[in-house]
Order: sequence, then structure tokens, then C-alpha cells
Amino acid sequence: MQQQDTKVTVDEKAGKDGVPATVLRFRGDISSASQDAVLGTYNRLPAGPRGQLLLDFTHVDYINSSGIALVIQLLMRANKAGESVDLFGLTPHFQKVFTMVGITKYARILPDEAAATA
Amino acid sequence: MRSDATVEIMLPSQLGYEKVAMSTAASFAKLMGFSEDRIEDLKTALAEACINAIEHGNQLSDGYRVGVELSVEDDKLEVKVVDEGTGMICQPAAPDIDRKMHGEEDARGMGMFLIRALVDEAEWVPSSPTSKSYARLMIRLNKETP
Repeated sequence: MQQQDTKVTVDEKAGKDGVPATVLRFRGDISSASQDAVLGTYNRLPAGPRGQLLLDFTHVDYINSSGIALVIQLLMRANKAGESVDLFGLTPHFQKVFTMVGITKYARILPDEAAATA
Repeated sequence: MRSDATVEIMLPSQLGYEKVAMSTAASFAKLMGFSEDRIEDLKTALAEACINAIEHGNQLSDGYRVGVELSVEDDKLEVKVVDEGTGMICQPAAPDIDRKMHGEEDARGMGMFLIRALVDEAEWVPSSPTSKSYARLMIRLNKETP
């Protein structure tokens, strides 16, 4: 048995106040095997200022501490680039876990896409 | 469920198999009457304990297996995660998100913190001449408020 792959797609859409938003939509598991899906995808985004960066966890089945560490590394890079990041689609359990480790100090956790782009 | 019910499973030392332990523990806890949110706490804590055992205890070695023992006593579910390592000598401090964000602390290293935060009791017992190293987690049906 291998760790399940993480699939990711990138969408561009209108974010809050009509500002362009980039959405990274994850699917599957987020674990130590997800480095390319999480950090690689972020690194491959076109350079330039982004109005809003959104991380969509709606279709993520499993996240472990190694996966959370990758999200923190993505937030580090976005923070250095002066980007604000919003997360949505996390289950109530993982909203609690992300809050426990302090992620809410550097990213907003919103219940769904509508709230993230409102 | 019988008050002396016990389930044991053995996992290969390969990342991904912690999900087998999670599913087994979730079924066991459901039979005991745990709420969904307590089951989610147990699943995450147990996954982290298994990952520690696979990566650190057994060093991802094909020749070693991780033992997971689930047992019930009254309203308590106890889980032992047994590996072939020597055990944890010192336990890492709680994660500091500011230090992580500034690259002053490894972004990883949150597993033991999460285990402690999500279950009612957690301890790490080093190996001895008579027993293997293990992590013991205990979770109650109804979370105690501090």
C-alpha cells in the first residue's frame, strides 16, 4: 500500500470585492507524499501579485501532521510574497486541528467557497 | 460490547498503513458508542502514533511491524502502538507557529503535540529487556473538562 496521491487543480476566479483569486483545489490525502502537490503547485503559479490565494480542502479525505507541515510551508512562502491566504472546506475536526497548531494566526479558515469569496 | 473486548492488528512499517489502524479504531469506538467528533480525535491521534512508530521506531524497515492493540475498560478505550525501536528519550516541545513561519523551527514535528491534545491520556514507554517500546493512548467516551 502506498500513501494516496494528492491531486490538485488550479482555478482563477473572482474573489472578494471582485479581486482576482487563485484557488488550489486539493483532492485525496495530504501527507508527506504531497510535497509536489502542495509546494510544487504553489511554486509553479505564474509570478506576479495575486489578489487572493485560496486553498480548497473540500475533497480532502485525510490530512496528517506532515501534510499540515506542508501547508505551513506554503503559508511561509505566501507570507514572504506578501500574499494573504484563506482556507476553506476543512471538516470541523480539521478546523480544530489547524487552529490548535496556530495556522489561524497566518490564514483565515472559512467554512466554504462562498464565504471565502464573499 | 464486552467489557474485556480486545482487538489486535499488525501493520507493515510503511506509511499509508496507519489508515488501516484508523478505520479499525473508528469501528471499535463506534461500537462503544463514541460520538463522531471523539472518533475523529482518536483517528488523528492514532494515525500520528502509528506514523511515529513506522518512521522513528521501525525506521521504515520492511522486516519490522507495528502492533496496534485496542482494548476497552468501562467507558475508556485504550490503544497501544508497539514498535521495535528504543522509545522516545525526550519529547519535543509544543509547536510554535511563529518560529515555524520564520524558519526557526522545523515545519514538521507536531505529531506528539496533536496526540496529547486530542486524547485524554498519552504516554510513551521505552523498550526494556522484557517489553517493546510503545505509545499508550487513552480516550474516554465523554471528554473530561479540565
